[in-house]
Amino acid sequence: MGLEEKIPDSIILTSLDKVVNWAHKRSMWPLGFGLACCAIEMMSTFASHFDLARYGMEVMRPSPRQADLMIVSGRVSMKMAPVIKTLYEQMPNPKWVIAMGACASCGGVFNNYAILQGVDRIIPVDIYVPGCPPRPEQLMDGILKLQEKIDKESVKDRHEEWGRKAV
Amino acid sequence: MPEERTVTLNMGPQHPATHGVLRVVLELEGETVVKARPVIGYLHTGIEKTMESKLYYKALPATDRMDYLAPMSNNLGYCLAVEKLMDIEVPEKVQWARACLAELTRVNSHLVWLGTHALDLGAMSMLLYTFRERELILDVYEACGGQRMMTSYIRIGGLAHDLPKDFDKKVRKIVKVVRERLHDYEALLTDNEIFINRTKGVAVISAEEAINYSLSGPMLRGSGVKHDMRKANPYSGYENFDFEIPVGKNGDAYDRYLLRLEEIRQSLRIAEQALDGMPEGPYRAHVPGVVLPPKEDVLYKMESLIFHFKIITEGFEAPFGAVYQAIEGPKGELGFYISSDGSNKPHRVRVRPPAFVNLAALPLLVEGSLFSDVICAIGSIDIVLGEVDR
Amino acid sequence: MPMEEKVRSFLKSSFGDAIIREDNFREQQSFYIKPDALAPICEELLHDGELDVRFLSDITALDWLGHEEENNGRFEVIYNLYSLSHRYRFFLKVHLPANNPEIASLTHLWQGANWLEREVYDMMGIRFEGHPDLTKILTPDELEGYPLRKDFPLTYEVPQFSWNKDQPPEVIK
Repeated sequence: MGLEEKIPDSIILTSLDKVVNWAHKRSMWPLGFGLACCAIEMMSTFASHFDLARYGMEVMRPSPRQADLMIVSGRVSMKMAPVIKTLYEQMPNPKWVIAMGACASCGGVFNNYAILQGVDRIIPVDIYVPGCPPRPEQLMDGILKLQEKIDKESVKDRHEEWGRKAV
Repeated sequence: MPEERTVTLNMGPQHPATHGVLRVVLELEGETVVKARPVIGYLHTGIEKTMESKLYYKALPATDRMDYLAPMSNNLGYCLAVEKLMDIEVPEKVQWARACLAELTRVNSHLVWLGTHALDLGAMSMLLYTFRERELILDVYEACGGQRMMTSYIRIGGLAHDLPKDFDKKVRKIVKVVRERLHDYEALLTDNEIFINRTKGVAVISAEEAINYSLSGPMLRGSGVKHDMRKANPYSGYENFDFEIPVGKNGDAYDRYLLRLEEIRQSLRIAEQALDGMPEGPYRAHVPGVVLPPKEDVLYKMESLIFHFKIITEGFEAPFGAVYQAIEGPKGELGFYISSDGSNKPHRVRVRPPAFVNLAALPLLVEGSLFSDVICAIGSIDIVLGEVDR
Repeated sequence: MPMEEKVRSFLKSSFGDAIIREDNFREQQSFYIKPDALAPICEELLHDGELDVRFLSDITALDWLGHEEENNGRFEVIYNLYSLSHRYRFFLKVHLPANNPEIASLTHLWQGANWLEREVYDMMGIRFEGHPDLTKILTPDELEGYPLRKDFPLTYEVPQFSWNKDQPPEVIK
């Protein structure tokens, strides 16, 4: 309308949701957490051939208190499951989880006494990336889908959810 | 009167420098390590028990997932053991192709070791360089078998498919490029004062102790013992190649670093010789009833179709007995002990894991030294948790 | 004299009555010996300068439940010995009974036997007398039983399809 013609170019109008989601998705810090073979493909994705730093994930934090994306890459054994649960609980909100590979999604090739059949039995998972191991391009596709998913989030829902949990 | 106590520090399963999920419980007195106890089992997958419930062919992809940095070595060890059990003789072309791929796998594993070891000690850019070279080798794996990492390309009785047409060109390019880039890596690290300070005199083990702890691979050769399975009990045509075995002097981390760089050079030499002399011939042995017939025959000939169906659904019956086949993997002596009870499934598959046995010597390497030497020692042993825990 | 003859004559001369039988499947020499003779034989082999058997490659165990071999003893422990200077490998095999399988530990001779014996205890349940720290090494502490025994099930879950998605996952023991 007429108001937009009067505003100089250095002011942007947007909604709070869009700004918060844009900041969340463009600068996620993954937790440096590699379990097994998929971890090597994750390292390849972070290396120079398939560079993941162009999506803002340059910094890989080893401490869970400073990270907001946990990529569970590899098979989760029964001995490791409590450790993963503790790590997930140590991460502060907002946090997202990508289950990379077949073993993290559903137990994969190994259907026996020692492997947890999918990491979503203990923590909530946002994106599942299939493959054994998934190619770096597949992992990047999963991360882009996570960014699309973040676009649909809203500040109001998150605060309601956290408010309920705090009480 | 204050009493003296030690601090118990837990280097937990999730740590940027433990190459997977290894937990080390350390007792420190100041910065000196008094006691170190590695706790493993966080990646235990029950691969050996899984392989007992599958036919011999179907147990092959499980071997890829053990030492996932050198997948073709595991395939080769398992296939050689099964071929020994069934008394199958493979054609010459298969032997030379397997040797070439095994050496490329050794280069692959050592490049990852170099990148992560240097990353632990502070030289972060080495990881980016070595992973760039590794992409060339993964390209060759993909052209051969279709998969970047878990190839399962080396099958019982031969290879999965014939070698691709540009195999020769690609491998020669790798040999040329990696040879040049090794000069860059040496220029960065070998005379670097920080690297020398962090690795010289650190994690020392003597030759008698190394033999007593059953170490193998670069850990044993770094202490001066000249023992390599490729020369001691040659397998898969290694007696045709001309190469040397580098041996270290002091048994410290710096010697093992120089040793592994030299091993990369010798591996490239073997790969070149394998390409120069690769014979022509079939890519699979012809043993009806045991070895799968080539796919081209299955589509056109009736007997091949019937054998293919029978082998895939029922498998073959192995004679009663047990065999052991050891190969020189990148980490050390990788052995497969297959015991058969006369049926079509293995009764027991035991994998002799070099990384597991090498890791048992960690307390000996670090007790008495500083805390930061623990990181260097773990990197210098070159462990892969998939193999340690299986 | 080839190495095969040397090893055979050495073992027969010092421990003739401890050897039950000798096997040579696919040119791999293995001796089945009695359990109490294991530690003296290994000590003699380690100190003998001529044979130079200083390298213990592997210790592993088999479970013959349900097979006719069980008549000799349910468990079979296999010691994989290697001579560095002669480049020769041979095996010592021991049969143990089904209830309370126990055998002497070799940690006082080879330090490398420490973790290998711990793994055999964890996966098969065979106790090694004289081991400094015989505890679980690979399986979680809560897991009861010995996974590699034949009566321990693989415990696999039936995958869920559209026709059984309303039922809880069926675990086949």
